[in-house]
Amino acid sequence: MEVRVTNVRKEFERFPALHDVSLDIRSGELIALLGPSGSGKTTLLRLIAGLERPTRGAIFFGDEDASQKSIQERNVGFVFQHYALFRHMTVADNIGFGLKVRHGATRPSAQEIRRRASELLDLVQLSGLEKRYPAQLSGGQRQRVALARAMAIEPRVLLLDEPFGALDAQVRRELRRWLREIHDQTGHTTVFVTHDQEEALELADRVVVMSQGRIEQVGTADEIYDTPNSPFVYSFIGESSSLPVKVDNGEVWLADRPIGLQAPPHAPSGEALLCFRPHDVELLDGCSGCIAGTVAASRRVASTRRVELEVGGERQRVEIELPVDHPAAQKSRVAFRPRRWKLFPAS
Amino acid sequence: MADPEIKTYEPHHESQSAAVTESRPVRWVAMGTAFAFLAVFLLLPLIVVFHEALAKGIGAYTEALSSPDTRSAIRLTLLVAAISVPLNIVFGISAAWAIAKFEFKGKAFLTTLIDLPFSVSPVISGLVYVLLFGAQGLLGEWMKAHGLVILFAVPGIVLATIFVTFPFVARELIPLMQEQGNGDEEAALSLGANGWQTFWYVTLPNVKWGLLYGVLLCNARAMGEFGAVSVVSGHIRGLTNTMPLHVEILYNEYNAVGAFAVASLLAGLALVTLVLKTLLEMRYGAEIAAARGH
Repeated sequence: MEVRVTNVRKEFERFPALHDVSLDIRSGELIALLGPSGSGKTTLLRLIAGLERPTRGAIFFGDEDASQKSIQERNVGFVFQHYALFRHMTVADNIGFGLKVRHGATRPSAQEIRRRASELLDLVQLSGLEKRYPAQLSGGQRQRVALARAMAIEPRVLLLDEPFGALDAQVRRELRRWLREIHDQTGHTTVFVTHDQEEALELADRVVVMSQGRIEQVGTADEIYDTPNSPFVYSFIGESSSLPVKVDNGEVWLADRPIGLQAPPHAPSGEALLCFRPHDVELLDGCSGCIAGTVAASRRVASTRRVELEVGGERQRVEIELPVDHPAAQKSRVAFRPRRWKLFPAS
Repeated sequence: MADPEIKTYEPHHESQSAAVTESRPVRWVAMGTAFAFLAVFLLLPLIVVFHEALAKGIGAYTEALSSPDTRSAIRLTLLVAAISVPLNIVFGISAAWAIAKFEFKGKAFLTTLIDLPFSVSPVISGLVYVLLFGAQGLLGEWMKAHGLVILFAVPGIVLATIFVTFPFVARELIPLMQEQGNGDEEAALSLGANGWQTFWYVTLPNVKWGLLYGVLLCNARAMGEFGAVSVVSGHIRGLTNTMPLHVEILYNEYNAVGAFAVASLLAGLALVTLVLKTLLEMRYGAEIAAARGH
């Protein structure tokens, strides 16, 4: 099911949580809403589900306007952050709940519900746990039951709110791979919310980066990582360094020196922000046309050395990464030039 | 299930640190004082009640209990409880549901209002009904014209009892529902359940032990209430006397055996309530402790 969010605004007691958000989700896609807390990602998910109503704008499921429909009518599978399993029901009853509450002819027989529940338990690899209660399950198992329960109603869209948020790192990685497999197997259009960029980039077909109630960028993991379209995305996804620079006459200047980078042809002259990845730099021996700085601090991080440099007259700090055995790591002055970089208008 | 952080109010002797443990004599004095108080103020009266009730033997006791006026008082008390407790359940659940699950204007006011009967003397609660429904009361004329009788009759007793007991169920459920939040209800709705199904299959089972606990306390108070009921009842023997009122009448008539026999039934009710409450706490301590945020 294709989902279209068009110009949606959501206010809570007049405080805007989402400003004019539009998003097209393709049928069968696994898409991540990624952002820091307060970015509006969970609000967007709850709007799609029908747990909230938009203040303005509409949400379409296919060609049908779903925004005025109740959550029951939308037929979405929602997996809650803390699972929200019914504690007084067995695993099988939890999974069958959505079928049991149907009315009239659409309601399957008790036997059929049981059969469907154990089928779904097989799918989530928990066969044989039908009679257990949620309290008797581990966190990862509860997560799987919650997903099976959401899938039991044959939802048009599957929505997951921080699906792995409450689990420890090991289980997280395992479930991440498993969720991808389930998605490929069943083909549900799936939207999940996360604040973990690794999770989003690894799992999703496309990632929606959000900040302060707005969508910053939508793209594949490669697009988001390699061509961030704002300083926020640069700094939120992966490591990044930034320097205030000036663009003049097609060249990039740091204080009063050109640093050997040609500004793109359409870049306006004046103040700008230079962003680059700390590991994506070229080290130089002294220079005319480079960024040179005094080593202020140096830390070993995994297999590389991260060096903090003070550059320019205003002693701006900037981080770069060096190979551990690189001679530059011992020096007190280091000169470099970013290999891949981007200019943004100064804010 | 039960959150491990929720503690029941059981003493933890093992976990006591040496620093706060007083010397033996001090502890004995403290415990001795507590037990002496309980013995004088709780145990002794209880013994006296049963002793006086049985002072003239079992025969006199059963005879006292089988007199028509006593039986009528017992029936009336049961009737009043049978009406007011279910109404309180309905009110308690609706109020707790509204306060815990929704945001609305006047919520704090409603919460305070629920506590009102705890802070008002029961006599005043009764008097309010006299002022409202009495012959000279606000609605007195109108009710007389329509042939409605509330005061000095069963409806008045029921109203006064409801007024005095309505906080019990609500006060148990509000903190419990607030702690549980809306997650389970949202899950049920997202799975296609309607409001009633969500309430019946999800909300109610989640609070059932807190509810039972509240009902128990509510029932004990409904059967034992004296002050408010005394004002509105009119003390008509065989008609508007509840058990507590009947005890007073018999006692004033120097019928000690009769008075204490009825009193022993009320004391018995209190003991049964206490035992049930303790059993509930033992079995479902964590869930009930969560409900007892106050």
